[in-house]
Parts: sequence; structure tokens; C-alpha cells
Amino acid sequence: MLRFTLRRVLQIVPTVIVVALLIFVIFSVVPGSFATSLLADGKRTADPQLIAHLNQEFGLDKPLTERFVKYVTDLARLDLGTSFRSRQPVLDLIGDRMWASLELALAAMAFAVVVGVPLGFLAALRPGSILDTTTMIGAVSGLSMPQFWLGLLMMYVFALHLNWLPSFGYGDGSFRNLILPAVTLGVTPLALLARTTRAGVLDVLNADFIRTAHSKGMSEAKVVRWHVMRNALVLIVTTVGLQFGSLIGQAVVIEKLFAWPGIGSLLVDSVAIRDIPAVQGTILVIVLWFLVINTLVDLIYAAIDPRIKQG
Amino acid sequence: MRFGFNFILGALLTVLVILAGIFAPWIAPFDPVLNADLMNAELPPDATFWFGTDAQGRDVFTRILFGAQISLTVGIVSQVINSIIGCTLGMTAGYWGGWWDDLVNGLTNVMLAIPSLIFALAVMAVLGPGLPSLLIALGLTNWSWTCRIARSSTLSLKSQGYVQAAQTLGYGDLRIMFTQILPNMMGPILVMATLGMGSAVLSEAALSFLGLGVQPPFPSWGSMLTDARQLIRTAPWVAVFPGLAIFLSVLGFNLLGDGLRDRLDPHMRTRTP
Amino acid sequence: MTAPLLDIKELKLDVSAGRSLLPILKGVSFQIMPGEAYGLVGESGSGKSVTSLAVMGLLKRPLRVSGGEVVFKGQNLLALPKREMRRLRGNRVAMIFQEPMTALNPLSTVGRQIAEMFVLHQGKDWGEAMKLAVDALASVRVPNPDRRATNYPHQMSGGLRQRVMIAMALACNPDLLIADEPTTALDVTVQAEVLRLIKELCAARGTAVLFISHDLGVIASVCQRVGVMYAGCLVEENDTALLFSDPRHEYTRGLLGALPRLGSRSLHGRQRLVDIDSIIADRSKLTETRFIAPRRDEGGKP
Repeated sequence: MLRFTLRRVLQIVPTVIVVALLIFVIFSVVPGSFATSLLADGKRTADPQLIAHLNQEFGLDKPLTERFVKYVTDLARLDLGTSFRSRQPVLDLIGDRMWASLELALAAMAFAVVVGVPLGFLAALRPGSILDTTTMIGAVSGLSMPQFWLGLLMMYVFALHLNWLPSFGYGDGSFRNLILPAVTLGVTPLALLARTTRAGVLDVLNADFIRTAHSKGMSEAKVVRWHVMRNALVLIVTTVGLQFGSLIGQAVVIEKLFAWPGIGSLLVDSVAIRDIPAVQGTILVIVLWFLVINTLVDLIYAAIDPRIKQG
Repeated sequence: MRFGFNFILGALLTVLVILAGIFAPWIAPFDPVLNADLMNAELPPDATFWFGTDAQGRDVFTRILFGAQISLTVGIVSQVINSIIGCTLGMTAGYWGGWWDDLVNGLTNVMLAIPSLIFALAVMAVLGPGLPSLLIALGLTNWSWTCRIARSSTLSLKSQGYVQAAQTLGYGDLRIMFTQILPNMMGPILVMATLGMGSAVLSEAALSFLGLGVQPPFPSWGSMLTDARQLIRTAPWVAVFPGLAIFLSVLGFNLLGDGLRDRLDPHMRTRTP
Repeated sequence: MTAPLLDIKELKLDVSAGRSLLPILKGVSFQIMPGEAYGLVGESGSGKSVTSLAVMGLLKRPLRVSGGEVVFKGQNLLALPKREMRRLRGNRVAMIFQEPMTALNPLSTVGRQIAEMFVLHQGKDWGEAMKLAVDALASVRVPNPDRRATNYPHQMSGGLRQRVMIAMALACNPDLLIADEPTTALDVTVQAEVLRLIKELCAARGTAVLFISHDLGVIASVCQRVGVMYAGCLVEENDTALLFSDPRHEYTRGLLGALPRLGSRSLHGRQRLVDIDSIIADRSKLTETRFIAPRRDEGGKP
């Protein structure tokens, strides 16, 4: 198991390296620059001398290869550069906002698991029933809805109309502020979890060893508890893990909508003003996060299913 | 039967959207861009303006109809690009194997490591906002799953009798791939493309919402929702209809894709995301 | 005369296909005595597996019993409430299936799956049950039973897995063991061992066996009495030796005629392998006649 773990963890490294390179390449060809976006507000053209001056300050006038070397060496020291806009180290900026994003993702995932998995389970145990049909229709709808539309509507109903919850912002970090964004973000994973849980449980229920279990004289409840759960768990855990990883990406829009101070909104703001170091750093962190989660999921999967370690 | 129901409802909704897009210029009561009359700003739905008006006084119903054109364009073009990239890379990787296969696999893994919205964001940052960049960005984003499926289909089809027969006849590799292998994996590819249309429309909405997509005054459903955000207190109906349009069309594509998948191979349900 | 252990009376089974009901079993009757090994032979679709599922009460929609009785030790199993039936299942009537790989839970150790029987039916706690499971493995001649008990199914060969199934089935010393094609998925060499195991264990414990197979050779080596099924009817029934030496029904003769025979070159020169369809002229008439030979009791009188 240890060897398997090491192997999977090491596989992250080349991917991260390639992604880091890819990011650099993509953003070295961004037209316009921070300088132009900063200065060209409303006016037709900004003073070229001013632009040149700013470019020099940010090191953007140096040749590409030199910038590349600096990028790589900085990365090796875990230095993600300095933000153009705020002159702070990007690592610090991310560090400040990391917790807010994590909180949002965890809350959304918890919501999705607590509601989605039991629904999917029950739907599979009673296929064709009203519960099953309703759940599946709800799941498809959840997957078809633009998240921020739902967020807007909920914002209107619960915050503006009924005044139960604050409409945006982190506020004092209390739970009330977390509810709307977390539920909005959690709807998509909820829908997906309900579907995959249902499909997974149905597959298990149709397997031969369930017939064997029945032939041993087990009641339906015992069959579910002793055999179905363990086998369905594999698929559920995998889905939960993968969804969690991609939540960070989806959170970008939600964070912007609810003015949630996480790395998603940092990314969007930075892209808008061409704050390259901030964009690069944020994307790198998000991708790293995604890869770490995926690897964890693989490891958990291997721990549950004894057949994996062999292969 | 539930499966038939999925397919039928999905097909119905999809056709509705297509018809709206095609016939928009004839059905729409007003011009989507030009009839901005501030006198009519932010009116609730009534007899003249069926869905109400927005901040510029434009008829929301008209803009929704024309928005269908944009959404359909986004959906179809992005998926065509996706499928072309995915199929080409996947087929050649599966057929030729070797270092090319390793390269494609590595590339696919990297693409799968980057959340799709993030990647689209990055590409849009480079290309600048607007519809053409959006089409390219979305086309470049989600080809990885198509590539995987194309590759595994190619691997299993490679050993089929008719492929080997073509090989002995001296057909070139590319000819074999495009005439023998490609037609036989169209099923799953079509399913992915249909589902991908829904995902593309949702991504367009998200990117437009972030200000990076279709720029005003063009009536994309996503940018209409951006405007709606400002009006949420004073004119909440402006948010309802574009979102509803997105919801119904994506629902249509998803149901259609699900229906197709169930007809073709029920086992795909647990394999594809 | 001793009472039969299992008495199936005019069992009828239907399957609903769309709006109509298709008959699968058209009134099957036979009896199994305590300790007897009874073979049910027939081709795919004859209804033999479905009969066993009906006895165990494991029929799923759209299959439905539409008539008849299944009397086990005096009780009609078809009329039993679910809870009572569960107590009998695995405990007094046990079943082993054709595919041992898929019939065992891949994520649970073999030992645990056997131990379940003791926890379920004998109220033992898990510690005790695991020890009993090791004993059960030993009884089916699995080498190193204590180590094997911690194995997962995929770590064992097909033959070993089937032994595990047998151990599971015989754990509570049932009165009747139903074996549905238990050796079909195994290698020929392993087949012989498993068959011998079933024969010896059941003889030693006095367990009756309902042995289902399409393979006449297998049936001949294990069973004392054989019933031949065709298209949902029992068309012939006799003691094994008599059935083979003097088949009465056209179908039975066809089945036996289709068997490759060792030494068929010697006496009459080379004999062609006869296929069943060239022997039987009209299949639709096959279920019209039945030859059920009455049992011989201990005196040997028919």
C-alpha cells in the first residue's frame, strides 16, 4: 500500500510542472498588459511613455527567455511572484483568501452529500416509484440550471424579499453568510451525486452476490447493510472526491456573485486587469488542489477495494 | 417507459430552441438591439412586452428569442470543435500507439487536471472577450473525455475483422481510421456532443456573467443575466426569463443526450461523468 | 413409506411479457426423499433453474408462481410468510450457483461471508462465527483454512471458490442442498473433485441434493434418481441406471443419443455423433407423453 501511495503521489509532479509551463506560455502572449488596462480607463490611448515605465517596473520588457527562467526559479523556491495591483506577494494574497474558498467548498459538499446520497440510495431501492422519478427529474434539472441563476433567484427570495439571510459578502464569517452561497454551489454536486449513487446502487443490487446473500436467508435490510453499502461506497466516495476537486473551479462564479472573498473571485478580478502573476499563481494553486484531491480519492479507493492494489 | 420519455421530452425542448433561433427575426415583435427606449425601461411583463423590459427599455422576449441563436451557435460550434479535436487525437492515439499515444495521454491528463471553467477563463484572458474567442475557448476546453472514449473505442475496434481486411487490402492508415473506425464509434461521440452542448451553454452563461463572454448589446442569455444582477431589486423579472431559457434548453440537451445514451448502451451511465 | 422431504405438486410458473402471460412451467411434479440425490436435467430454457428458484422463494418479477404447491417437510413454502421463509433459507434449504466468482462479494473476505451463516441462523457472535467458518473451510478440504479465510474471492481459483460456496451452503447442515450447474464454469479436472466433494459431504450428513445440470455425465455420477425436463414439463423420471439403460421418452432417447460415447469405433465401426434434432421428428409433440417411473422402495420392488 505504501508503494502504491508513493507512486500515485509522485505522479502529480510531472503534471504540475507541465501545467505551470502551460500557464506561463499562455500568459506570455496576453495582448495588452496590466499597464494598459490600468491606464486606459476612458481615455483613448494612454501615454506610451507611462506604459513603458510601468512595464519596466514589472519586468515585462525583458525578453521571454529571461522571464521564463525567473518564473521557473521562483517557482522552485515556492515564490509565486508579486501581484501587479497590490504589490503583495501572490502567495500571501492566496493565503489570505484560501480559507474562505475552502469553507465554501466544504459547506457545499457537505450539503450535497447529506441530501444527495441518501436520495440516490432510496431511489435505487425503490426503482420506478414516485420518489425515484421525482429524484431523477430533480437531478437532471439541477444539472441543467445555471448555478448563478439559481443563486440570483435565491438571493432575491431569501435575502431581498424575505430578508432572512444576508444577500452577499463574508460578513463577520458567521454561518448565515455561508448558507446561500454554499447551497447554490452545492446544487450541482448534489444532483450528480444523487444520480451516480442511484446508478451505482442499482448495479450492485443486480449483481449475483446479492442473490447469494438472499439465498442465505438475509432480510432486505441486512442485505443492504452487510453487502450493498460497502460495494456502493466505492463509487460514492470516488464521485464525492472528484466533485470536491472540481468545486473549486465552479466556485469562481459563485464567489463573484455573492462577493465571497475567496481565490475564485481573486482569479476573476486578476484576469480582468491582466494581473499576470496573480492569475498564474491562482491557477497553479487551483490545479494543485484539484490534483491533490484526485490523488486522495485514488488512495481511498484503493484502500476500500482490495482488488486495486494488485493492479 | 422512462427512457423513451427522456428522449422525447429532450427532443421536444431542443426543437423548440432551434425553432426559436431560426424564426426569431420573424416572430420577434421588436428589434433586439435597436429598440432601446429609456421611456420603457424596467417595465414588468404586460401585453406589449410579454417578458417585460430591461434597463435600456428593450423587450426581453425579443432578446430571448435572438439569444437562442447565440446559444445554439455556441453549443454546436464548440462541440464540433471538441469532437474534431477529441476524435482525431483519440483515434490516432489508439490506432498508432507508441510515443504518440503516450503524448496524447499525457496531454489529456494535463487537460483533465485543469478545471474546465478555469481553462476557458485563461483562454478568454488571452483572446479577449467576444463571441469568436468564446467559441474557440469552449472548443478547446472539453475535448478530453471525447478523446478518451475515441481512444478506447479505437482500441477495441482495431481488432475487428473488417479493419484487418482493409489493412490487407492496402488501405492507408488515415483512410481506415476515417472510413472504418470513425463511423462505428459515432454513437458514444454523439452522446458526448449532445451532453456537451448543454455544458457549453452553461459555460457561456458563466463566462458572460463574469464579463468575459458575449459583450453588450448583443443578447446572449448569459449577459442578460449579468444585467439582471444590477436590477435584482427593482426589476426581478429580468432575471427570471433568461435563466429559464438557459435552463430549458440545457435540460433539453441533457435529456436528449441521456435518452440517446440509454438507447445505445446503458452501461455508459456509470462510466461517463 | 417415509414421507418425501420435498414434494412439488403441479407447479405452474408464468412470466409477464408486455400484456400477456407466457407459461414457463406447466405443472411440474416430483418428490425428493430425505438424503436422496435427485438430478434435474434438460436443455437451456427447459425451466429447471427456475424450478429451483421457486423452491427457494427467490423468484423476481416478472416471474410469478401461478399454481401448485412446494411442500417441504410438510409445509407449503409458497404459502409461507416472508419471515418464516427467510428462516428456512440457508438454514434448512441452501443453494449453490453456477458462477462462483460473481456469486461472492468481491469486497468481503471469504471467511466473513461464511461466518455470516452462523451469525444469521445460529445467533453466534462474530468471533465464534469466524472460527466456525475456518472449520467449515477445513470440511471442504481447503488447504490452510485459517489463512484462506482472510482471502478475498479474487485471490482464489474457481475450484476453491466453489468449495467456499459449498462450505457456506452446508454451514448450518441443511436438509436440502440445491446445486444449480455448480461445475459448469469449472475446468474438467476440477469438476470431478467438486462433484466428489458434494457427493461425499451430503452422503455423510444425510443432506438431500437437488442437482440441476444439462450435463448427463455429471448427473449420472452424483444422482440416484433423475428427472428430465423439456419446455416446462417433466417428461420422464426414473432411477439413474434405468434411465440410462432404458430411456422411454423420445426426448430422453435423443439426449442420450447425442452423447459422445467412448469406444464408439470398436463394435459397429465408426458411429456418427447424432444430433438431437435428427432423432426427434416433431418437437411440439414432446410434452404430450410423460413417463414417470414409480419409486422402488427398499425391497427393490417397482
